[in-house]
Amino acid sequence: MAASPDLIEREAALQGLGVSRLRKEDARFIRGQGTFIDDIKLPGMLFGAMVRSPYAHARIKSINKDKALAMPGVTAVLVADDLRPLGLHWMPTIGGDTQAVLADEKVCFQMQEVAMVIASDRYTAADAADMVEVEYEELPAIVDPHKAMDDDAPIIREDIADKDEVSHGPRTHPNHIFTWEAGDKDATDAVFDNAAVTVKEEILNPRVHPCPIETCGCVASFDKVTGQLTVNVTSQVPHLFRTVLAMLSGIPESKIRVISGDIGGGFGNKVPIYPGYVIAVVASIVTGLPIKWIESRIENISTTGFARDYHGIGELAADKDGRIKALRFFALADHGAFNSHVSATKLPAGLFSICTGSYDIPTAYCRVDAVYTNKAPGGVAYRCSLRVTEAVYLIERMIDILALKVGVDKAEIRRRNFIKEDMFPYNTSLGWTVDSGSYHNALDKVLKAVDYEGLLKEQAEKRANGELMGIGISTFTEIVGAGPTKVCDILGIGLFDSCEIRVNPTGSAIARFGTMSQGQGHATTYAQIIATELGLPSDEIQIEEGDTDTAPYGAGTWGSRSTPVGGAAAALAARKIRAKAQKIAAHLLEVGEADLEWEIDRFKVKGNPTQTKTMKEIAMVAHTGDLPEGMQQGLDASEYYDPPNLTFPFGAYVCVVDIDRFTGETKVRRFYALDDCGTRINPMIIEGQIHGGLTEAFAVAFGQEIPFDENGNHLGNSLMDYFIPTSFETPHWETDETVTPSPHHPIGAKGVAESPHVGGIPCFSNAVVDAFAHLGVTHMDMPHSAYRVWQQCKALGIDKHADT
Amino acid sequence: MANKHTVSFKLNGNDVDVVVEARELLIHTLRERLATTGPHIGCETTHCGACTVDLDGASVKSCTVLTVQCQDAEVLTIEGLEQNGELHALQEGFTQEHGLQCGYCTPGMITRAYRLLQENPNPSEEDIRYWMAGNLCRCTGYQNIVKAVQFAAEKLSSAQA
Amino acid sequence: MIPRSFEYHAPQSVSEAIELLQKYGDTARLLAGGHSLIPMMKIRFAEPEHLVDLGKVAELRGIREQGKELRIGAMTTENDLIWSTLVQQKCPLLVEAARLIGDPQVRYKGTLGGDISHGDPGNDHPAIMLALGASFVLVGSNGERVVAADDFFVDTYVTALEPDEVLTEIRVPVLAKNTGWCYAKLKRKIGDFATAAAAVVLTMKGDTVKEVAIALTNAGATAFRAREAEDSLRGKKFDDAAIAEAARLVMSICDPAEDLRGDVEYKTAMTGEMTRRALRTARDRAI
Repeated sequence: MAASPDLIEREAALQGLGVSRLRKEDARFIRGQGTFIDDIKLPGMLFGAMVRSPYAHARIKSINKDKALAMPGVTAVLVADDLRPLGLHWMPTIGGDTQAVLADEKVCFQMQEVAMVIASDRYTAADAADMVEVEYEELPAIVDPHKAMDDDAPIIREDIADKDEVSHGPRTHPNHIFTWEAGDKDATDAVFDNAAVTVKEEILNPRVHPCPIETCGCVASFDKVTGQLTVNVTSQVPHLFRTVLAMLSGIPESKIRVISGDIGGGFGNKVPIYPGYVIAVVASIVTGLPIKWIESRIENISTTGFARDYHGIGELAADKDGRIKALRFFALADHGAFNSHVSATKLPAGLFSICTGSYDIPTAYCRVDAVYTNKAPGGVAYRCSLRVTEAVYLIERMIDILALKVGVDKAEIRRRNFIKEDMFPYNTSLGWTVDSGSYHNALDKVLKAVDYEGLLKEQAEKRANGELMGIGISTFTEIVGAGPTKVCDILGIGLFDSCEIRVNPTGSAIARFGTMSQGQGHATTYAQIIATELGLPSDEIQIEEGDTDTAPYGAGTWGSRSTPVGGAAAALAARKIRAKAQKIAAHLLEVGEADLEWEIDRFKVKGNPTQTKTMKEIAMVAHTGDLPEGMQQGLDASEYYDPPNLTFPFGAYVCVVDIDRFTGETKVRRFYALDDCGTRINPMIIEGQIHGGLTEAFAVAFGQEIPFDENGNHLGNSLMDYFIPTSFETPHWETDETVTPSPHHPIGAKGVAESPHVGGIPCFSNAVVDAFAHLGVTHMDMPHSAYRVWQQCKALGIDKHADT
Repeated sequence: MANKHTVSFKLNGNDVDVVVEARELLIHTLRERLATTGPHIGCETTHCGACTVDLDGASVKSCTVLTVQCQDAEVLTIEGLEQNGELHALQEGFTQEHGLQCGYCTPGMITRAYRLLQENPNPSEEDIRYWMAGNLCRCTGYQNIVKAVQFAAEKLSSAQA
Repeated sequence: MIPRSFEYHAPQSVSEAIELLQKYGDTARLLAGGHSLIPMMKIRFAEPEHLVDLGKVAELRGIREQGKELRIGAMTTENDLIWSTLVQQKCPLLVEAARLIGDPQVRYKGTLGGDISHGDPGNDHPAIMLALGASFVLVGSNGERVVAADDFFVDTYVTALEPDEVLTEIRVPVLAKNTGWCYAKLKRKIGDFATAAAAVVLTMKGDTVKEVAIALTNAGATAFRAREAEDSLRGKKFDDAAIAEAARLVMSICDPAEDLRGDVEYKTAMTGEMTRRALRTARDRAI
């Protein structure tokens, strides 16, 4: 049925769901008028600079502040002993451990926080930090997690050496943190014992860093008169931040205001609460002056929020045709010196158990042992939900290895194992219910788009000529939108999210959320959801997040949870408003509510289309006395949404690479990404998110790693070495989509921004390994730098010219 | 204390004088003394380009320029691109083509692209990717930034035609 | 990431700069583009007490042709080189190399003279200068002297420059007829130093190599010429075997430092590979 011009025009005026409308955020950023943390300047503000440990493991013998304190402009030098009387020298971590805010008698990783100098400005602070004299006694360091639980391993955490449990169950060694298991071990072992085919491979996700272009920082401001603490901070989770500050400081939560302003990228790095924030708060309480603390880039890469560091062994059991019967996985997780990884209380390995992927795998078992090492703490989800990149990397790599073993094409083996469309909702062997999917369809569409058969033919020709061409496929399933509170909480707080909407008399609206944008475009997309639900133009719907004094409580933005949880809250809050509006419309039109139907921006009387009330008209009436009996004025609603399940976006990616066997350089010739994130709110923004996620995947696959020497010294912690691709190295991306709405989400939407990162990394790896597959190679570790890839060429003896 | 220097230069067309230590970096002078917070600090090692400003007709990373070097210079930042309430074509292009997400690299990106288009009014995609490679972005994957620069190039050249 | 305090000097002339160097001795450092020095000062690896900025010395900029040479002021920037029609026509190798240095912003500030006088084996121009047979004008309190590139690079961060001398001009021979050139550089990304790189200047006579210079970046304590490899090519037919032998000889004298870009073996192999590529491209351009 063709819509009438009037309907089309009214629909277009809303700029609602499904429209690639331009972003409302952009106006300030293109003028340089964003308000990022370092833009904040308060009267009397002092600057904090950190004194950090040069050693990875050492005892602190003495700290002498005298020279620093004698410098003009220096207000204070804070060390652990200064925080001790306040009980703030240690703080609880999200991982259930405690972490030294300032090193307490010993340092456990290089660049650990030892002291903070508070001075008039950043130049004086930097000079004074150099003048703090710390005497250390170096101790042997543990860098390799495989050695952490050796009998003679040095004990990293003497403070908890005698504890049988830190969090998540019993410990077997002073450097052991926890052991996590999922699935049925005995049943899995039995399948492996009897399987026709098994494959086994190392699966390494090296230590990487999200490295947003803006580092972390805060301005803490305590008013001694009112007892009010205000903290401007680069936090993806302002509400949780406030709650933790209240727990730590004893200040009533109502007297703490946390404000996340514009955030220059997060990617997980800005979820945790870092020592620098806490010290700045203490310094402000002590001095009564605002304190700014901003990380340098080297501090950022070295100390805050690394990701991954998962050292695993994956196994698949299958029949002779490559139908997977079981999956088994063991991993050692390097959590650094404090267990401050970001995970829900009941999920110490995050959502790793999504590792059965898009496949119907009847039996599975995973075990992860987490250990302490002399490296920075952290363990954030770098553009993913925690441990989902690791999980997807496992299954998408292993299925390729299985394909090689059984001699089945890598696309075909996926088809044979996909969960079929009629099997949804599908219960995985590790306990998740995958809500929806259409995997065969997505893969077929992509293979056709890239002419997969043609690529295979070209590859065969190239191989005959001694050239290296690889074709990678990834058909991943993501798990995003934490989450049902029955499964997910952080420090006891459930991972619901919230939305409050107020419609003004003239029909504009303001909506506030518990989430926190870091570039995802919430001000635009949330407004689009509400616009369609309420029939009000998205241009006139103002979105606010990040100020805990005004926004409703929520768990923030990470793990692609904003659309699945916050977006759902928006739709449901709007529906509450529409329900009230319907009552008002019925009253005004003197009909029953059931006699009304909704049409874009108004209610109309069924069978009498001239009798209508627009939402704008109703908004005005809602603020008058002409309301149904007993109804209060106002047109607002709030919704605290606890999702019944997570959402499961998926995709099918193909990557084509050419490798120079003489230098090891890889050229990504083509990357085709089909993503299915269910209902699409703003296609332009989705595509932008996918470009960004693929580029971050490219960075991880081809270069990112935080390297250490055997003493725990950083070897590459600035942007000279840590790989952030420029426009020149970054490939051109092709995007595509299918739409399989989430059956349980109010508008059918799923998260999307992480899919390209999570699904992209194994696709690149699969392509690189595939370039060598005809030479018997089944495994190569990331990152696939030219140096690493050349080593593979050399091992195969193909690095030399024929004339040598 | 080290000797201080009085440095006079033009910032976005206006005369400014600052009194600074010799070691003060231009990015800090702009941001802390002159309320010009469009240019940002991202890496401090001359890699990310978030602090890019235009200095005497050259794109420079202001974290690696001393303010004392700027005596008599003309400095242009993102704040100086909008003229008489009208956005520069690049500012429009970045919005139209969704060339930004978090917005942190954007001022440096646009300021760099401004100089690029002065030097090469009709750059190819390859030109843009090569001549914009001093500015890092973690959000966009650069593809829409390329389009944004092309949008501006077309708009500027059609305005001249 | 804040430099230590220092005194800043902005001489207007070379002689003024030399006076300052004499006055402050080894507490002074010359500032050219600053893109090596200022980052080092920010991480406090370099802590000069006096910084002598050559940025206001007008006589140090500019490119001109004199006889069979290009004479390039030491403060000429990389982008100046890239965009100079004269350099494009007379010495395109310099353009090719400059395009592979740093990133666009770095090239607006980074100077030819700064790159050369820093003495960093990872810098690109030293090998280019060696391959071109360039010479440098050094001016000090005792007057001016001209030093051949071959005699300039002494050790890592050590050059023939005396403490009170300033490199003022770079003299580059205009490429002869039938001469090809190439700078082949392997790096991890834009802005990176070379994992390995080779500069080649090659003059052909028919199929035969008449003259050749091969110089290497980041393959030892300084940039250096691969003389045995050059000798092996000179007067010989340019064919696969000759290239292979030259690459072998190049690799035999490499002594690179291991770092994240690769170990000694990889960097050595890559220096051989870059030599092969540079030779082939240079030959193609010579004909």
